[in-house]
Amino acid sequence: MLKIRSCMITNGAFKLHADLDIEAASSVAVIGPSGAGKSTLLEAIAGFRDITDGRVSWNGHDLTNLAPGKRPIAMLFQDGNLFPHLTAEQNAALGLRPSGKLSRAEHLQVKAALERVGLAGMEARKPAHLSGGQQNRVALARVLLQHRDLLLLDEPFAALGPALKAEMLDLVAELVAETGTTLLMVSHDPQDARRITRKALLVADGTAHPLADTTQLLNNPPPALSAYLGTNQTH
Amino acid sequence: MARSTQPVSTVPGLAAACVVAALILGTLAAVAFRAEAGHGFLFADWAALRFTLTQAILSSIISVVLAVPVARALSRRRFAGRRVLIALLGAPFILPVIVAILGLLQVFGRSGWISELLAQFGAPPIRIYGMHGVVLAHVFFNLPLATRLILQGWQEVPSERFRLAAQLGCEGRSLFRLIELPMLARIVPGVAAVIFAICLTSFAVALTLGGGPRATTVELAIYQAFTYDFDLGRAALLSGLQLVLTAAAAFTALKLSREGGFGAGLDRTIHRWDGGAPIVDAIWIILAAVFLLLPLSAVVMSGLEGLFTMPPVVFKAALISVAVAAASTAILLMLALPMAATIAVRRHGLVELSGILGLAASPLVIGTGLFIIIRPVADPTSLALPVTALVNATMALPFALRILVPAAQDTVLRHGRLALSLNMKGRVFFTRILIPRMRAQIGFAAGLSAALSMGDLGVIALFADPEFATLPLQIYRLMGAYKMQAAAGGALLLLVLSMTVFWILDRGGRWHVED
Repeated sequence: MLKIRSCMITNGAFKLHADLDIEAASSVAVIGPSGAGKSTLLEAIAGFRDITDGRVSWNGHDLTNLAPGKRPIAMLFQDGNLFPHLTAEQNAALGLRPSGKLSRAEHLQVKAALERVGLAGMEARKPAHLSGGQQNRVALARVLLQHRDLLLLDEPFAALGPALKAEMLDLVAELVAETGTTLLMVSHDPQDARRITRKALLVADGTAHPLADTTQLLNNPPPALSAYLGTNQTH
Repeated sequence: MARSTQPVSTVPGLAAACVVAALILGTLAAVAFRAEAGHGFLFADWAALRFTLTQAILSSIISVVLAVPVARALSRRRFAGRRVLIALLGAPFILPVIVAILGLLQVFGRSGWISELLAQFGAPPIRIYGMHGVVLAHVFFNLPLATRLILQGWQEVPSERFRLAAQLGCEGRSLFRLIELPMLARIVPGVAAVIFAICLTSFAVALTLGGGPRATTVELAIYQAFTYDFDLGRAALLSGLQLVLTAAAAFTALKLSREGGFGAGLDRTIHRWDGGAPIVDAIWIILAAVFLLLPLSAVVMSGLEGLFTMPPVVFKAALISVAVAAASTAILLMLALPMAATIAVRRHGLVELSGILGLAASPLVIGTGLFIIIRPVADPTSLALPVTALVNATMALPFALRILVPAAQDTVLRHGRLALSLNMKGRVFFTRILIPRMRAQIGFAAGLSAALSMGDLGVIALFADPEFATLPLQIYRLMGAYKMQAAAGGALLLLVLSMTVFWILDRGGRWHVED
């Protein structure tokens, strides 16, 4: 269980308060208006933002002061998820060893991970020679190899077209289910949230609210969310 | 906490900065300790100071005054070869001084092309030695630099301004007053200060074209006190004077000049509606191009003849120069890369200060200090080559950092978060991410450093040993022995070597770069 206990996250003048629990192996959408602090929340959990008050723990282990790489967390950002000068295989291999020096067995693991995400035969390509979807697949292969308990997605698929995005989300859902990973996913699009999550977390008015049922939250949005979704006219 | 987590350690950069600071300040302390207070300045020292200041002021004013019309012409004209010409304006930076001087002698010297032409009309030949020659050489080196910097100022004027002026029917002198004069008033003082500072530390030019009681710079006086009289106390005193001069000038130049200088985007021509006189612009561009290209072609032409009359010692010197340049470049990268990485993750006063100290330091002062420090423990001449490599690297450091730091900052900004989330830190991040991502800039910095070291005729002259000489020193010796043909051959060889190492390193950095 991920416990966020009375946390105050500061990003310049912006402050976000969070106090909530997330069950292990659940998939949670993080929704809310633009600029409400969805990315800030994820970055704080991953260790890229200062938590000025409160604690974050995973299964009883305190994470609050751990370096990002030492946390049981893999994260994909909006962009820049691959190193442009490394091949698909080298990028994925970083999930196993940051030094990139692999044993034979580890090489096979990397190959298998790339195959699992549908990139067999493209190991030697560099990101510039892969499509946007394929680049995301490489990043997901790396996530697989990282074997972390939590996966945080900060809209890595935002640049993809609707069909391709749906395909990637389905792949994420499969991978998460196979490995029992806990998923936190920022989303602008209610469709994405409905597609692969059962629970949702609303970030609005400087607060990350406790989890609610995704469908219920989207069907009966509170005022801050409905203004953003543009659903207030229908009520 | 999150904010203090960074993908690279600042320790190696701090250590490198300490080495640089210790070298520059330590040699300075050695010099200061040795300078005898009671000794006082001689009349000759005051003359050297006066000459240094006068030639630097003249060189700086003439360079800037000529650069303004050339830059203006380049900014508003489009013609075949424009890009090449602008690129060529960057070449004097890595052109070995001794090569340019041989070229200038060929064109402007006593028996040079122009003097021969004058002789046809019964006019006396030009006198190049002395103040004229020193200023001429400095203008040759700094006119291109001034042109580039001022051209950049023109490029930065938003094109909307010109459009608005055209709309208002503003032309000619009133356009100049409205748009161009304010820009020049902002840029020119900094450019003049930079050139003034460069000319203050001029050694090789003064050594070859100056000399004598009436044309000696402080830098040259240090050398003379050192080699002719072996008067370390006087050399130290002059070093102190030189240091005050260069530090004050470097400080002023930094204050007055803005960021940039290697400027990108100089290719853009400004769209203007006021026309101007194309013929006047053409004349300025042609004059500038001829002034730059004539001496270089002279070196190539006479060098080709001289290649076959070169004694074997020239080839030995060439090998030594390549080795010194390689060592100097390696030292430079060992210092500059950790320093750039440190500055990229956290602005650090000591590191940034060490990075620009080299601008204020004079190689002859560092050389004098090293000589004083080394002498009690070892024979300084036996260490001539390592010392040269080290001093050359220190001198190239400010330029290298200016190239490397923005790239390092960009890499940390773009890839730091991902690297941290993958637990890539320290050496792994440095070697696997930072270095590969900065390859193009590393190649450029290494190329500059190697070419500068290859062409350097400074500290090596202090420590020189009759057996070992670098190629520039060997050429100087040949000139001193009036073997001008062999010297020209050596100069051509040096020119080719300098440009080749620059090209190879710069190209190597950009080879197959993926983005």
